[in-house]
Amino acid sequence: MSDELLDVCERVLSRVGEAEAEVTITSGTDALTRFATSFIHQNVTDAARRIHLRVAIDGRVAESVGNQTDDEALDRLVRSGLDAARLRPVDPGWPGLAPPASAPSIEHWDDATAAAAPADRAERIGAFVSAAGDLETAGFCSTVGETVAFANSAGQRVAGRTSVAILDGIARTGTSDGSGRAASVRLGDLDGNSVGREAIRRARESADATDLEPGRHEVVLSPSCVVNLLGFLAIYGFNGRAVDEGRSFAHLGEAQFDSSISLADDVAHPLAVGIGFDAEGTPKRRVELVLDGVTSGLVHDRRTAKALGAESTGHAIAGAGPWGAMPANLVLEAGAVSPDDLIAGVERGLLVTDFWYTRILDPRTQVVTGLTRNGVWMIEDGRIVRPVTNLRFTQSFLEALGPGQVCGVGSDLTLVGGASFGVGAWVVPSLHLASWNFTGGARG
Amino acid sequence: MFEFAEAAVEAAIAAGARYADARVIDRRHESMGARNGEVEELSQEASVGIGVRALIGSGWGFYSTADLTPDSSRQAGTQAAAIARASASVAGLDLELTPVEVRQDSWRNAVAEDPMSVPLAEKGDLLVAATRTLKEHGADVALAGYDIWDTTKWLVSSEGHRIDQHVVECGAQLNATANGESETQRRSYPGIRGQYGTRGWELVRELDLAGNAARIAEEARELLTAPTCPSHEAIDLIIGSEQMALQIHESVGHAVELDRILGWEAAFAGTSWLDLSQIGSLRFGSDLMNVTADATLPGALGSFGYDDEGTPAHPVDIVRDGTWVGVLSGRDSAALAGLGSSGGAVRGDGYNRLPMVRMTNVGLLPGQSSLEEMIAATDDGILMDTNRSWSIDDKRLNFQFGCEIGWEIKNGKRGRMIKNPTYTGIGPRFWGSLDMLGNESEWTFWGTPNCGKGQPQQIGHTGHPSVPCRFRGVRVGVTG
Repeated sequence: MSDELLDVCERVLSRVGEAEAEVTITSGTDALTRFATSFIHQNVTDAARRIHLRVAIDGRVAESVGNQTDDEALDRLVRSGLDAARLRPVDPGWPGLAPPASAPSIEHWDDATAAAAPADRAERIGAFVSAAGDLETAGFCSTVGETVAFANSAGQRVAGRTSVAILDGIARTGTSDGSGRAASVRLGDLDGNSVGREAIRRARESADATDLEPGRHEVVLSPSCVVNLLGFLAIYGFNGRAVDEGRSFAHLGEAQFDSSISLADDVAHPLAVGIGFDAEGTPKRRVELVLDGVTSGLVHDRRTAKALGAESTGHAIAGAGPWGAMPANLVLEAGAVSPDDLIAGVERGLLVTDFWYTRILDPRTQVVTGLTRNGVWMIEDGRIVRPVTNLRFTQSFLEALGPGQVCGVGSDLTLVGGASFGVGAWVVPSLHLASWNFTGGARG
Repeated sequence: MFEFAEAAVEAAIAAGARYADARVIDRRHESMGARNGEVEELSQEASVGIGVRALIGSGWGFYSTADLTPDSSRQAGTQAAAIARASASVAGLDLELTPVEVRQDSWRNAVAEDPMSVPLAEKGDLLVAATRTLKEHGADVALAGYDIWDTTKWLVSSEGHRIDQHVVECGAQLNATANGESETQRRSYPGIRGQYGTRGWELVRELDLAGNAARIAEEARELLTAPTCPSHEAIDLIIGSEQMALQIHESVGHAVELDRILGWEAAFAGTSWLDLSQIGSLRFGSDLMNVTADATLPGALGSFGYDDEGTPAHPVDIVRDGTWVGVLSGRDSAALAGLGSSGGAVRGDGYNRLPMVRMTNVGLLPGQSSLEEMIAATDDGILMDTNRSWSIDDKRLNFQFGCEIGWEIKNGKRGRMIKNPTYTGIGPRFWGSLDMLGNESEWTFWGTPNCGKGQPQQIGHTGHPSVPCRFRGVRVGVTG
């Protein structure tokens, strides 16, 4: 597959002439089976293909995108890009093309997942639904197999492929929902019965919840919440462009986090998914964003690397525009404490399963508002004592992880699929935090 | 293109589907972005493909491909039926479809100036001039951009629909970010999501980006030294029409989507606090509240001739004199809910997405007051406008929204500017406190080009007719 795609890349480049050009072709199968009210109601497969071309004529840059590979379509794609570039002013920030370099030999791939049939996904969903017994269920099972080829007129040629399977669902009691989820490079790793039983346990244990007065509480956050939290730090903070524009909180070399926090972007991590190069063809490399609480690094594309006198880290995102580079493979270093022991360490606080509809109020201070979902429980003297109804919070995510604020880091390193902002799947454990500002009940 | 769609539908029926439809969609998208006086991005995207929907038993099967030949179209139809059949291992009751008149028709929206034909250099000059003015007037980061979509669809169904539509949409926006010691402030024009419609480039010209840039940049900088919005448990709140569009979208539009009410979105987008047994009797808001979903409004972003199931665009009453009376629906959800006909609100995001219930133009009908009259009638209150943050629970009941800018109102006059204004509430309680409603001269058809829903995620284009409103006793100034 990758050779075929590289051939198409060559056909595109052969039409470009003297201009600088880079072309990325993404091709594969993106399939998702959805269930609600305990039956499959939507079942989709997209034989996806996308050709992304960026050209530069003496620093005049334009992009064109298509999905057809016949000669006429490729002629149109290239003509569109070149015509647009000729009309552009010179881009003073144009960093030029990535030089030839080999990408890390990473292959997060499983043939069976990439070729999964609707019946394979339905089997997992059937197990999830059966596990729920008389409880209503909803969710999805997805399988993706994607091959990416990149070529540029500077001589860079790279290709890679990745697969990912996700099973994610809820069980519903009538007064509560509980969630269960799993993600892996291999569909075969996903056990519908096990994921379903987790959702059912959470749903049953959070039924008939009672209200809790808003206020500051200790929290134990599940990996799903932690991914949500880290998403805001990554997108708005550890991002060369945000730093360059003065919008980021990140100050390299400062102890902005608790010493128990070490955060990296690492596509080579054994639990990760993804390919070994970015949208500009730059090989991805591990970036230490936070080391023992000290802000240590940023992710860059070629533009922000040039602006800040750094090197691209291989985190360019096609079409990211004013957002800049983004981490696609965050890994929060695990601790040695099991999730149960994190709970045991709480004198009085809350266990939160999921966050919902989190939105940033100020990128610099990282104040975010959002709600809890799919199960919240009161913890007293190290034991879960009762479920509580959903709460709204308004909390600085930066302060929540600040020095002295992290009471424990879980050992439950988990791949959370469909991570925040759709830029990847991240690997994180649970966290026990000293304080979380709940500002209202979900009922007002 | 009809021949590809017909081949796909025939193949799906031959493979056992009891209903099938297919959409061939040819879409061009052009976007340009300028930053700090330079054009930084220009992208032109063209995609064409076919998506086939087949119904067997209780579920839809959907298959899409960019390969557009008679053979690949037939294969797509066969695949869609096979996918639907695979769902039978976890099946529910057979899904029915409400009847709809079968039509063969063409439709296109009115465009005075084709946006794709406006020279790129002219469009670039507009953005460059606007961002230079933003910089000159104090913006640390000055951004401006536009988007144009030019979409042609060919729909064929196994019931005999044969409809082609050509929809042109465009719009633009600018925003200024000012950096302070420990915070950033942003102002956007004309709104956080710009302004978009089913119109030509004339919409962008009317916005007068360059003419508004200086004010926007100066406001962003002024916000850095403005006092923070005070906290009040209950105060009179006047909301400008741009923020009202968001308020309608989040707390009314999504709440009345029938697929959510039926639980089809329970695990992701969520459900709704509304119970179908209460339609026609539930109090949603005050008597002043009248909301319609009307896909026939000329120029509004959620307008079309037919939805993606071939249902003709038509207005639907959602809230009448404060009472909940209607929903956003499609043929399958309407049938399951026992409604007689589809609300014509089903659309897909391109050829490769399964059509689903989406907002059309969900908006408030205007009232009698002007914004100035609302201010004059308020002794102690706050005025907020331009959305900055939005968060609402999965039942669409509990919301907290932030705005870019606010002003205190004292004794009927607009007072000092305040920053970081937020307000929070519970849908029906909040809407029940509506006591002044903007008049027709302030009625604006706001367009939201980025409404996310569904799995895989789909981006919808929705419209929200809106006016300024006053609400009584609202909690404001929630801080972290």
